[in-house]
Amino acid sequence: MTRYSIFRLARNALAYRPNWPRAWRSPDPRPAYDVVIVGGGGHGLATAYYLAKEHGVSNIAVLEKGWLGGGNTGRNTTIIRSNYLWDESAHLYEKALQLYEGLSRELNFNIMLSQRGVLNLAHNEHDLKEMSRRVRAIRLNGIDSEMLDPQGVKAEVPVINISRQVRYPILGASLQRRGGVARHDAVAWGFARAADARGVDIVQNCEVTGLDVVNSRVRGLRTSRGTIAARKVGLVAAGHSSVLAAMAGLRLPIESHPLQAMVSEPIKPVLNSVVMSNTVHVYLSQSDKGELVIGAGIDGYNSYAQRGSFQIIEGQMGALLELFPSFSRLRMLRQWGGIVDVCPDASPIVGKTPVEGLYINCGWGTGGFKATPGSGWAFAHTIAQDRPHALNAPFTLERFSTGALIDEHGAAAVAH
Amino acid sequence: MLLISCPWCGQRDESEFTCGGEAHILRPADPDALSDPEWADYLFMRTNPKGRHRERWCHTHGCGRWFNMERDTATHDIVSVYRMGEAPPDDRDGNSS
Repeated sequence: MTRYSIFRLARNALAYRPNWPRAWRSPDPRPAYDVVIVGGGGHGLATAYYLAKEHGVSNIAVLEKGWLGGGNTGRNTTIIRSNYLWDESAHLYEKALQLYEGLSRELNFNIMLSQRGVLNLAHNEHDLKEMSRRVRAIRLNGIDSEMLDPQGVKAEVPVINISRQVRYPILGASLQRRGGVARHDAVAWGFARAADARGVDIVQNCEVTGLDVVNSRVRGLRTSRGTIAARKVGLVAAGHSSVLAAMAGLRLPIESHPLQAMVSEPIKPVLNSVVMSNTVHVYLSQSDKGELVIGAGIDGYNSYAQRGSFQIIEGQMGALLELFPSFSRLRMLRQWGGIVDVCPDASPIVGKTPVEGLYINCGWGTGGFKATPGSGWAFAHTIAQDRPHALNAPFTLERFSTGALIDEHGAAAVAH
Repeated sequence: MLLISCPWCGQRDESEFTCGGEAHILRPADPDALSDPEWADYLFMRTNPKGRHRERWCHTHGCGRWFNMERDTATHDIVSVYRMGEAPPDDRDGNSS
């Protein structure tokens, strides 16, 4: 791997013919691997990277049916935070946030992590009480969190409207100062480059069409680029988790829904934090290019079409203007949809399956990006050791039979 | 936005409707006899197909009545709409989907 540095940048800037080698190889799939990861998004690439780095597994392939990070990794609103109510979630998302904090250096790739603070707004008495409880629970887990009054919100976000003369006035907010945003593509590219450097084969344009399961044990995969034998297979293909699981005869508690987002035309710096509101339901930040990046909730129906309905983004705009009336004449530049796994308890499934050698990482709902490194780290441990790490042990598929659900609906600061 | 034919009200915009998820999930006849995994299958597990999907919808901001719809989750094409308690049109024709 060519190491990126200020000196190399300067040398290439001055060179008549810059020499930037490809960041990762594009190999043909080999006939057999120790571990095959299905899904070349952030979570899958992180899994492969940590398998190679932490567990010494060298013979790994990542299969991606499209291009790297072309699914939800490239479609989310890039928000990172760990302000979850329940201990299980708090530990997992905090692990991810801590890994993010050192990730640019570790991967030698600038993921543009910007810990600009994440505000979650309260609009009524119930919001305030719930928020007060959540902030204390988060602090008990050793994670930074604080409460703001309306003036405190205004001080952080001068452009916000804290008037009481609106339908959903802002009565306060929780603030996680270590939260923020990162460049989503860079997270995928950084993990891909670092995994490739450790010998991981990243195979793009390779769609999995079947799983070979013999006597309840996985033997390999059928793909659009031939049959591949594998001792262990990890499914990390949010949106299509149910489709892949069905290839092994498994049913999941997951429904695939569109989640839409959009960006405005670029404007001068106006918003220096991430602002989220569960009650009016919108969340936004301003990108380095000046665009407002805006997201909200899922479309109500099942879909694999990577697009949604207009009334959803209409509601999103209404919510945006409730908080920021001054954005009313801002034009929207682009709008898109991704397909997210929706789990009944709004928590992910990261662990083993009833099929030996088959592992699954899915169900992150609308909030998977923030977990990318932690998810990959814990999933790599699960695959390498054939048992979950303490961090992801509560997030099993069996919890739906035992009843030990991790209900993060609403508790996760913003609805999933 | 989908254009949906309510069996009682005719064609209306999707914004008048609420999707109620997968249809034809029957409540177990003898709940006491069910094991935990069987309960989990009934309560939580879903087919979630990429392609034709039979689902329940409610005309929330209209007549308020529930009905069934068969819809393609990859294209959003609505294949058929039929009333609660009716068999899916494909089944009545002797086809399977």
